[in-house]
This record gives sequence, C-alpha cells and structure tokens, in this order.
Amino acid sequence: MTKILNLTHLEKSYDSGSKKLQILHDINFEVEAKETFAIVGPSGSGKTTLLGLCAGLDQIDKGEIELCGIKLSSLSEDELASLRNQKVGFVFQNFQLLPTLTAIENVAVPLELQGNKNATEKAKSLLKKVGLEHRMHHYPSQLSGGEQQRVALARAFSNDPEILFADEPTGNLDAETGEKVIRLLFELNAELGTTLVIVTHDMELAKMTQHILEIKGGKIVSDQKTGI
Amino acid sequence: MQQLYTTKPGFSWLLKMAWRDGKASKRKLLLFMASIVLGIAAVVSIQSFGENLQDNIALQSKSLMGADYTIDMNHPPSERVIEIMDSLGIDSREISFASMAAFPNKTGTKFVSVRGIDNGFPFYGELETKPKSAAVDYQNKNGALVDATVMLQLDMAVGDSIKIGEITLPILGELKQAPGSSSLFGAIAPPVIIPYQLIEQTGLIQTGSRINYEYYFVADKNTNLELLDEKINPQLEKEDADLDTHLSTSERLGRRYENFGKFLNLVAFIALLLGCVGIASAINIYIKEKLKSVAVLKCLGASQKQSFLIFLIQVTFIGFLSGILGSILGVILQYAFPVLLEGLLPVEIALSISPRVILAGIILGILMSVLFALYPLVGTLYVSPLQVLRVEENTGSKSRKALLGISVLIVLFLFLFSFWLLRNWQYSLSFIGGVLITFAILAGVAKVFMSLIRKFFPDSWSFVSRQSLRNLFRPQNQTLILILAIGIGTFLISTLYFSKDLLLAQATLDNTNTSANMILLDVQTNQTKNVAKTIEAQDLPVIEDIPIVTMRVQNINGRSVNEIREDTTSTINGWILSHEFRVTYRDSLIASESIENGEWIPEAKNSEIIPISVSTNFAEDAQVNVGDQVTFNVQGVLMKTKIASTRLVDWGRMQTNFSIVFPKGVLEQAPQFHVMTTQVPDAQKSAEIQQILVKNYPNVSILDLRQVLSIIEGLLNKISWIINFMAFFSILTGIIVLLGAVRTSKYQRIKESVLLRTIGAKSNQILKIAALEYIYLGVLGSLSGILLSLISSLLLAWLAFETTFIPSWVPFGILFPGITLLVLIIGLANSSSVIKNPPLQVLRRESI
Repeated sequence: MTKILNLTHLEKSYDSGSKKLQILHDINFEVEAKETFAIVGPSGSGKTTLLGLCAGLDQIDKGEIELCGIKLSSLSEDELASLRNQKVGFVFQNFQLLPTLTAIENVAVPLELQGNKNATEKAKSLLKKVGLEHRMHHYPSQLSGGEQQRVALARAFSNDPEILFADEPTGNLDAETGEKVIRLLFELNAELGTTLVIVTHDMELAKMTQHILEIKGGKIVSDQKTGI
Repeated sequence: MQQLYTTKPGFSWLLKMAWRDGKASKRKLLLFMASIVLGIAAVVSIQSFGENLQDNIALQSKSLMGADYTIDMNHPPSERVIEIMDSLGIDSREISFASMAAFPNKTGTKFVSVRGIDNGFPFYGELETKPKSAAVDYQNKNGALVDATVMLQLDMAVGDSIKIGEITLPILGELKQAPGSSSLFGAIAPPVIIPYQLIEQTGLIQTGSRINYEYYFVADKNTNLELLDEKINPQLEKEDADLDTHLSTSERLGRRYENFGKFLNLVAFIALLLGCVGIASAINIYIKEKLKSVAVLKCLGASQKQSFLIFLIQVTFIGFLSGILGSILGVILQYAFPVLLEGLLPVEIALSISPRVILAGIILGILMSVLFALYPLVGTLYVSPLQVLRVEENTGSKSRKALLGISVLIVLFLFLFSFWLLRNWQYSLSFIGGVLITFAILAGVAKVFMSLIRKFFPDSWSFVSRQSLRNLFRPQNQTLILILAIGIGTFLISTLYFSKDLLLAQATLDNTNTSANMILLDVQTNQTKNVAKTIEAQDLPVIEDIPIVTMRVQNINGRSVNEIREDTTSTINGWILSHEFRVTYRDSLIASESIENGEWIPEAKNSEIIPISVSTNFAEDAQVNVGDQVTFNVQGVLMKTKIASTRLVDWGRMQTNFSIVFPKGVLEQAPQFHVMTTQVPDAQKSAEIQQILVKNYPNVSILDLRQVLSIIEGLLNKISWIINFMAFFSILTGIIVLLGAVRTSKYQRIKESVLLRTIGAKSNQILKIAALEYIYLGVLGSLSGILLSLISSLLLAWLAFETTFIPSWVPFGILFPGITLLVLIIGLANSSSVIKNPPLQVLRRESI
C-alpha cells in the first residue's frame, strides 16, 4: 500500500496575547491510500488544527507533512492552492458553500478552477448522485442543512480528489440527517476510491473507519486500526 | 515526487465568477451603484452644461455684438478718437439713449431704449423682425422697429405710430431680436430701432442726457483682435472711449456667470465626494462579507490573484455600468437646465452631448469604485484559507504599505478631479486639504468620544442604557466609521446649504426699505419745480429730488490722471481714471449708507479744499483713504477735495446710491440735472402720470420700478430654483450615503440582537438599545459636521465667493434633527426584522 499522507515530528503553536500556546506536540502518523481514517479527541485537543495543517491550509512550525508525495513546506501559498484543487476534497462542519452561487455552481467551482470544460455536466451528475438534481439552481440559503451538506459532498468529490478531509461533517445536523449524510459520504468514497480523513468527536462515526487516531492535549494518545 | 500544474482557468472564468456573485448580491450593490450614479450624474450634467454654455457664448458672441469689435463712449467722439476710428475704417454707427416713448393712437407710454442705427448693421447675426422685410425697410422708409413684447403689451400693430421726443414715426415692424440688446436690460427698457439720421430730430440729445455713441467695425480675417485691443484701447481710454472686441464680450458674459458656475462646480465636487463616501462605506462592508467566500475559494484551490481579481472585475464593471447610468442621467438633467434658466442666459443654448464629458463620467465611475474598493479589497490577498475552519481576524500588518499607497491614490484622484472642475490648483489644494482636515477632526471626535465613555462609564445606569453605550466602544464597533460617514455627509450637505444661502443672499432684492417705486431721470434744473408741481397735482408725493453733477477725476494726491496711466507700476483701477462720475451733494447720510472711516461733513464752510465722502469701493479702487486729496474736473472747473470719510454702501438696495458725495454749499451753482422719485399706488395711476410727464417733458425718462422689480424677482426666483434644485440633488446623494453607512452596521448588529432575543430580551429592550445607540451616533456625527461646515462656509465666503457670511439657522434647526432622525429611523428599521421574526430565520436570511 502507498502512503498518501505522512506526518513527521509535527509541531504547531499560536500566539495568544503575550503567551505562545502550543497546540500540537511531536505528531507522527501516516495514512495509506484509499484508507478511511478518523482523528478523534475532545474539544480543544487540536484535531481541527491538525486537519488544517494536513490539508495545507496553515503553515507548519516544525516537522514535515508529505501529502500525495509532495512536501508541503516547500510550496508557496498558490502552489498549495493548486495542490488542494487537484488532489484534495473538503467537507466542513458548517458546509462552507459560497452563498452567492447556486448549488450547481458551487459544485462546478473546483472543476472550473482546473479549466475543465465539462464542469457543469459533471456537477449535474454529482448532484444527481446526492439526490439534489431538482435543487441544483437553488442558493444555499434556500436549502436545508442536510441539503447543503449534500451539495458540499458533491463539491468535495467533484475534482476526483485523491484524499478527502472532513471536519465534523455531521456537527451541524440532526441525528437522522447526519446519519444519511455519513452513509452518502462513505458510499461515494467507496465508489470513487478516495482516501477519507474524518475529524470527529463522535466515536460511533470513528468506528466506521479503518484507522483511528486519538489525540488529547495536542499529543497522540492512541493509533489503532479497527479491522474493517 | 509528483509534479503540480498551476491552475489557470482563464479570464473568462473570472468574469463568470464575478457575474455569478454580483447577480446574487444585486440588493447590496444597489446602494453602492446609487452613490456612483448620483455623483456622476451631477458632475456630467454640470460639466456638460458648462461646456455647452461656454461654446455657445463663444459662437454667438459675434452675433451678440453684431460686429467684430466696437468703440463706444458716452459723449461725442473727440478729434483724436475720430482720427483713430477713421484709420480703422468705421463700418456702421449707433447713437442710443433711454427715453419715454408715446403711442399717439393709444393711451400707453413706455420707457424704451432708443437705438439710432446706421445702414449696414448688423454684420453678424440679424435683426429679427416681423415682417422680415422691415429689417431693411425701416432705413429706406424712415420708420421704427418696436420690441415685439411692447407691441403685444400695448395692443399695437404694424402701421401704428410711435412718438419719440419731437418726432413721430410709423412702426414698420415688430422687433424680435437684435444684436446688442440684452434680455435683462431689454426687459427694463425694451429696444426701439430707428434710422441713425433721425436721432438728431428727436431733440432728446441734450447736455446731461445719457447718450451712448457706438461705432461698429468689421475686421479682416487676419486681424488679431487681442493685439488690436492691447494697442488701441489705451489710446482710446485717454479720450474716455472704449474698444470692445467680441472676444471680450464673450469673456464678460462668461464672467457674469462666474459665481454661479463656481457654485455649480462646488455642487459637482460635493456630490462626487458624497458619492465617494457612499461607495467607501458600502463597498467596505460588501467586501468584508466576501472574505469568508474568498477563504472558501482559496480552500478549493483558487490562487490569491484569482480571488482578488474576481472582486476587482466585479467592482470595475459596477463602476463602468454606474458611470454609464450616471452619464445618461446627467445628460437628461442637462436638458433640464436651459428650461429652468430660460431668460437668464445671454445666449440661446444649442445643447449637444459632449462625448468628452461622458467619457470622463465613465472613467470617473470606474476610478471611484475601484479606488475605494481597493482599500477593503487588498484584504482578500491576506485572507487565510484556514478561516473556513475557524474564525480568524486578519492582522493586516502585511498590507499596511498597500493601504498607504491606496490612500495616496485616493487623495491624488480627488485632487485631480477638483482641479479638473475648478482649473485652479490653489482652490483644489484647499478643497482637498479642507476635506482631509475635516476627516481628521471627525475621527478625533469619534476617538475622544469613545475614550470618554470608557473612562466615565455610568455603571449605575439601566441595562438598556449601559448596553447601548457599550455598543459604542466594544470590539468591532461602528462608532468611528459611522461618525465619519454621518459627519462628512452632514458637513458636505450643510456646507452646500450655507453656500447656497451665500449666493442667494447676494442676489436677494431688498425692496422693502424703499418707498419710492417710480424714478424720473434726466430732469433739468429749470424743470424741477414744474415737474414737482405736476406730480403733486396728481396727489403723489415727491419723495426725493436728487441733484446730480457729472465730473471726472483730474488728479489723485497731486498725480495727474495721465501720469498715473503712464505709470506701469500703478495699481489704481482704470475705471477711476476714465469714468464720468455722477455725483450728488447733501447734508446727511441715507439708509443704505454708513460711515466706515473719518467724519461725515454735512456742509462746506468756505474752505478751499472741499471735504467729501467716498464709498469704500471707490477708496479701494482709487487707493485713497481719509485725508487723501483728489481733484475733480467739473465740466471745466477744477475742484480740490479732501476725503473726509469713507462710506459703506449697500449697492444691492434699490435706491439711488453714489460713489462720491459732496457736502452742501459747493455744487449748487454747477451745471446739473436731477433725479426725482415718487410713489404710485397702482398701474393706472402710473400710466396716467407717465402720460402727463412725457407729454410736457419729453426729455425726462421714467422708470417704473414696479415692473422692473417684478422682472428682477422673476429672474432671481429662477436662479434660486436651480440652486435649490442642484443642492437638493446633492442632499439626495447624502441621504443615500447615510442609508448605506447605517445599513453597513446592520450586519454587525443583527447577530447580537438575535442573541439577546434568544436569551429573552423583549422587543422594546432591543429597540431601545438600538435607538439610543443611533441617537448618540446621529447627534454627534451631524452636530460635528454642521459645526465644521460653519468654518468651511466662512472660508468659502471669504476665498471663493468673496462675500460676507451670515449663517442661516436651517442647518441647525432642520438638518441637525433631520439627519439624527434619519439615522435613528434607518437604524431601527435594521432591528425591526429581528423583532418580527424568529431568531433562526433572521440569521439564515441575513447570511446571503
């Protein structure tokens, strides 16, 4: 199996007033291609920070992250953006759809950024997959939370990412809708053969993945495979 | 290691994204566009109209004059003048004077301007008559052309007669328009044209009468008129004659509208500045709201440049579109001006659409929106994609240099714009300086206000009062930006109001202080008793009988007029040296005068040097003061005088005012004529007395002020109408700015109000918190703006309009409460949605 994400001796701190706040301490782990992977931990444990760093959304203080075979510390902001556009997909807790774009336009954006001429067609078929073809011309504010997250799923898979990061994907949804969204996420992931990294504090959700990494106070406290 | 290709979706994708985003944000962009559209419309209409007016004046100046140049004087030409004129080759002549005309078949009489014109005139333009042939026939058939309005008023027709002095002539045609007749003077004394050779026969050319001699010249194509003016005019001035070219006529006409033009330019400048404030506040919040989207875009793989360009393209397009809309509105407005100004302008305006001004309007639109948008837009460059995961404030330290650069660009833009409007870099610099200082003071007021509240926070107040005060200085507060926007908006509107007042006060007619409404001119000394008797016999009072002696300045403080003329370093005004002064003598001051310096001497007691009083403008132009000596030539007799006092004269009053007043006991025996005034109760009595006087004293001219007053009042009403119209236009822009500025705070407030609502705050508590906060901001912003505008108006009055400034109460009485109320209403309207709807629904609706 090939490694798609590899973290070595990662450290991260933030300035908090006059003090320096150490968020992550000497983090080391790796994710294999097509694996489903969960990062769990209580609030404030540093899991979202870790996700941001893995996806190249923030700068590393110390250590190294290799994503899809590329060392992130060697890339400029624009190169990081290109990397995300070509190889990474995202699903966020609060959906993060562009409010001024319709559902289909939101899904098409990553493809359009690639210069893909069939962006709209592909976006349409993805919306169909998530069961929202009848809502494709609606703006995010006209959709329910569950629908918004389904659009976000379609967008996340639109660029055929090698790896997909999901930050508390059910955090803003009721239990029933959350369950449906997770089912859809795993189905699409299996169908398209994407690596899935989920950040969550929901152990039930984590147990659906093949690999669980638990962090507490910025340190890894356990790293185990679930056997799925 | 794998290779990455750079994402390049191309320019068309950026356009597509800009369009998609703009389409969904229409509502928010409307205010932004309205600010630009109104600002540009004011600029385009005023500039385009001004350009058209100038072009038309230049084009029509020849036809206004009827020749290339003229030489005129108010006495028969001296030998030297005849010599000069002969060398230039006279093409036509005119003698004109104001006189009463009678109409033998009718009962009416009329004060007219009699123009005896030689064959050939006009060489440019035409005598517009009905029938057309009359324009030529009146010369051959010894007839008269009478102003068409007079014909209508007195119900006359071609074929009737007119009696001017001692001759009676057949009326051969109605005169619609003639070169050399202005509409305002024409309204007071409508023109009557007769052949030149008949002027002598009227018997009205007597000593003391105001006769104007005018000689018309046609120049060769190659003649440099400016050079001719420079060469010949000084020689003519020595002989008390004057050369006027059609070029100087056009300049003079232009100057007559100078203050009016200055005001309109001020309106344009202020409208655009208000537009800029509107754009700045609207675009700031608009782009701030987009920062989250920029973070998402970056997260999905858009580069810094791409996300920046999407919004830059959007803003540029909005600027372009608003520039076009503003220009169209400006052109439409421009067509309204001549209708509003009918009868006031010296020329007929043939309006054309000036492509230069429209292009300038569009460029202005783009520059305005891009420059003011750049300020918040640079923020997009520094947005971290991490914002999609957590709320992170931008430090902005990286962009400080860029922001400074943009600020410099904005100031430069405003400077160049005001220079384009005013064509005077000193004015432009002081305008920009004034606006910057105002900004700095307002920002200072806001900062001091915030720190004072924090320092002396009233902990004992109720929750609602404390919460509203806290809103003013808490993190993310809007105090600075709202006080700046409200303050600068009020400042500009109030400055405009004050300067509108300045201009209108200059033009206001004070006709309440004079009881006389009929003036009799050119009454000879031997006629005064009988004229007075005639008036009194009609049960009318003789209010004034003012003796008038004509004289010229011979020398000032021992230096003769010729010496002064030849002294190139002398700064004494030329008119002082060549003017024939009409001087009176009396022993007391009149209502329109007050002593500024020295002592009023009522009567001269055998002194060799006569103590006189001069008006302050005479003293200024002749550069003399109390104690200085001036010798006058009184029709051949030299009179030594000493300035005993200077008088402040209110020339605006409809009263017979004088530059020079002699004491009693000196001029009684000098050759003189009289001006007498009376008061007539109505039009019928006026007609009766005019008929009697014209019949018995044909040389006496009668001015019925009741008619003149109504004409002047009509013109003034038109001027004030257009000034009010333009001021209102700017005020409208100001209100839109306020709307924009207060609405910008809406999105900051709404979440907090929803939160308060969620934890149980009642409707009236939320409303009270909002109301109190907006009242504080409204009061502070508008009051600071009005107080600052007092200073700016004082400076404008002093530097630009050259007049005195008496502040009106309106900005304090109406603008101050009005703007505060407006801020309050808009502020409360923001909160109303929170009160009417469930909290979650509000949050969702406001998220787009």
